[in-house]
Amino acid sequence: MKLTLKVWRQKNANAKGHFESHAVEADEHMSFLEMLDVLNETLISQRKEPVVFDHDCREGICGSCGLVINGRPHGPQAGTTACQLHMRSYKDGDTITIEPFRATSFPVIKDLAVDRSSFDKIIQSGGYISVNTGQAPDGNAIAIEKEQASDAFDSAACIGCGACVAACPNGSAMLFTSAKVNHLGKIPQGEVEHKHRVKNMIKQMDKEGFGKCSNVGACEVECPKEISISNIANMNRYYLASVFGGQ
Amino acid sequence: MDLKANIPEGPLAEKWNKYRGSMDLVAPNNKRRLDVIVVGTGLAGAAAAATLGELGYNVKAFTFHDSPRRAHSIAAQGGINAAKNYQNDGDSIHRLFYDTIKGGDYRSREANVHRLAECSTEIIDQAVAQGVPFAREYGGLLTNRSFGGVQVSRTFYARGQTGQQLLLGAYQSLSRQIGKGQVKMYNRHEMLDLVKIDGKARGIITRNLLTGEITRHAAHCVVLATGGYGNVFYLSTNAMGCNVSAGWRAVKKGALMANPCFTQIHPTCIPVSGEYQSKLTLMSESLRNDGRVWVPKTVEDAQAIRDGKKTGLDIPEQDRDYYLERRYPAFGNLVPRDVASRAAKIATDENKGIVKTGLGVFLDFAAAIERYGKGEAMSQNIDNPSKEKITELGEGVIRAKYGNLFQMYEKITGENPYKYPMKIYPAVHYTMGGIWVDYNLQTNVPGLFALGEANFSDHGANRLGASALMQGLADGYFVIPYTIGQFLSHEIRTPKISTDTPEFEAAEKATKERISGLFAIDGTESVESFHRRLGKIMWEYCGMSRSAEGLKKGRQLIQELRKEFATKLFIPGSADEFNPELEKAMRVEDFLDLGELMMVDALDRNESCGGHFREEYKSPEGEAMRNDEDYTYVSAWEWDDQGNPILHKEDLVFENVELKTRSYK
Repeated sequence: MKLTLKVWRQKNANAKGHFESHAVEADEHMSFLEMLDVLNETLISQRKEPVVFDHDCREGICGSCGLVINGRPHGPQAGTTACQLHMRSYKDGDTITIEPFRATSFPVIKDLAVDRSSFDKIIQSGGYISVNTGQAPDGNAIAIEKEQASDAFDSAACIGCGACVAACPNGSAMLFTSAKVNHLGKIPQGEVEHKHRVKNMIKQMDKEGFGKCSNVGACEVECPKEISISNIANMNRYYLASVFGGQ
Repeated sequence: MDLKANIPEGPLAEKWNKYRGSMDLVAPNNKRRLDVIVVGTGLAGAAAAATLGELGYNVKAFTFHDSPRRAHSIAAQGGINAAKNYQNDGDSIHRLFYDTIKGGDYRSREANVHRLAECSTEIIDQAVAQGVPFAREYGGLLTNRSFGGVQVSRTFYARGQTGQQLLLGAYQSLSRQIGKGQVKMYNRHEMLDLVKIDGKARGIITRNLLTGEITRHAAHCVVLATGGYGNVFYLSTNAMGCNVSAGWRAVKKGALMANPCFTQIHPTCIPVSGEYQSKLTLMSESLRNDGRVWVPKTVEDAQAIRDGKKTGLDIPEQDRDYYLERRYPAFGNLVPRDVASRAAKIATDENKGIVKTGLGVFLDFAAAIERYGKGEAMSQNIDNPSKEKITELGEGVIRAKYGNLFQMYEKITGENPYKYPMKIYPAVHYTMGGIWVDYNLQTNVPGLFALGEANFSDHGANRLGASALMQGLADGYFVIPYTIGQFLSHEIRTPKISTDTPEFEAAEKATKERISGLFAIDGTESVESFHRRLGKIMWEYCGMSRSAEGLKKGRQLIQELRKEFATKLFIPGSADEFNPELEKAMRVEDFLDLGELMMVDALDRNESCGGHFREEYKSPEGEAMRNDEDYTYVSAWEWDDQGNPILHKEDLVFENVELKTRSYK
């Protein structure tokens, strides 16, 4: 199939960006990123600079890739990262617009690659259980209800890609932060530090310049791991409890 | 060179405990004065950096990723082994040890493997305490599943995302230490050289991938946890960024590369679909718990499927060859990976492949869906369930067990695996070979350590499923925090290492010259094109089956390719900016050397063992034939200044296990 790509090019964080048009020939079995590989090989053969984008595992789990495709983070398919999107979703003659994630807290590094280190800082502020290596009791010492463990898993499935932030009109990181708060807060091992964790992570989130949540719900829709927005509601409840001392 | 494995004295089962109890310690006030560099922050590296930080060492950790959470450990699907014997099915530390030694075709070190089995149980405890949401039974306790090459259920798992959850556990522990300032984290920094002072590893040279800045970093010792080198084959299940460069730079500074030809070809991956293919995707080994592998009995049926005239569903039961069940009745579809991969190759060599390229076999869940459906109907008290009802219930069970894998398969292939049997084929997945280390995980360069997939130590010639996560975490959480003290306890009087020395200056200069040299070639061909060509040579001559003649030819082809690389390479952009093409160029340059060494190693090993299958050494039934008389050794290769490989041997001594022909029949 023949496609027209309108790709965002930006030399570095301080440069002004612009769209560049390219014609590309793709096969329906290609992944979206393999289609970009084809474009890049063509650019290199013309001694031009290839389009820079972050990617690594190409199987939807590392969270490196993040493109806004025709206005949607990770493209049109629900529960799918850009690397798992395949060209059979497109047809001959289509025009595809590709942009980086756009958010104040994710400055553009070059072309389609953005800096998401603010996510690391949120985790460093409390997204863990304080246990040193070697301190742990036997793995079966505490029974955890199957459903409860499964709920915790649903929140833990976040890949830290940042699509939630890119999708949010306020650039809020509430879905990301609440997913970690819920993962750790839902299991007995994480309960001990729960109150501190909620307060510290939200404080750090605000410090990194992420916007407020106004219940738009775009984050849940665009999340490639289908993390539920109910995580945010839960976190708000936990936060109020930790600030006002209630349960 | 005298390779000392430094295995402690005493009976096998007591070595590690006794050694731990008597080794030299570093007091807390001295730990504060000692600096450790950890390169790579996947399972092994993050676990090591976090734990060393907790102990009080000053740690600097480096990753080329934008965050430690991106490391490829994250993609491990199936699970992690541990000898907990929670299932009461006869498991024990000794059995895990034995299975691993046998699975590795008797080419690993007894003492290291036994220690690994001992540490396995502590890992599960640690991960649970970190909040890793492992799968549980209704009673709330941890559940297990089976993996290939063993007859007990000892694999712990978190749906099909066990690696993700374990890595996030380690990442979170690491983040805690970063938050405390105990670990200084350098994201998007790539190690480009190792610096030795007076024979000891004392630092590294890095490139800031965003700015291109070349920097010197010094420490009292250096730990490499930089993963495997499967991407030397271009197409593999590794992430795009996986590379050998940190390890190879260490080899160029005197470390040894051990058993480089031991590569794991994983039997269940999604087949190659076209020339544009950038990587391959694994379908977890856990699928072989319920999936049955088959090809049509006749070439005619296979051809009809390849031509699209028939599908797997059109082939009646009696015309199918469930070749693993036929050849290996005792283990059936759960034979180890090397055995399953070779059997797939034999089937497709007979022209019975079922995808267009000919390189594919079926993995069929129909029987499991029916079995589970009937069981589910019974437990739900449904009398005389219809065929549709059974299928519906059975698919529900399969969805609960493997839902995310089935979904991933459908996204990539566009075909519904509940309805049509999956199409799979072997692909490069893991490298058992790696930097040579002793029992302390120290290389032959004092002060240089290697952990996880980056070292060679535990898996011999073939790794069992769900053992990579186990080894990475054992090395990082429970081995290196102790053994690093054996080196550092002698360094407590060593002041902070300065980067202002001739050694650092020379290494920095050499790195800068290397980069400008690559730009100066200014040819016409992309890095990618060289990498692809290298991959094809490796797969053709050093892949699932190897021969002396082929290996000689492969080596020659790589030497020619390297010459072309040095004259025709073109890298766009410049050195002082974010330039992924430059990063790739340096990695591919190192892969060219490594690829040649792999050919040399495979040629030296005149036997078939594990993942290393030499055409000349097979039984009449086509099974691998080891030669214990002549090859019960670790090949540890030196790479001299002129690029000549020099072989050093570490003889493997088996005191507790009898060397037998590995049989899964």
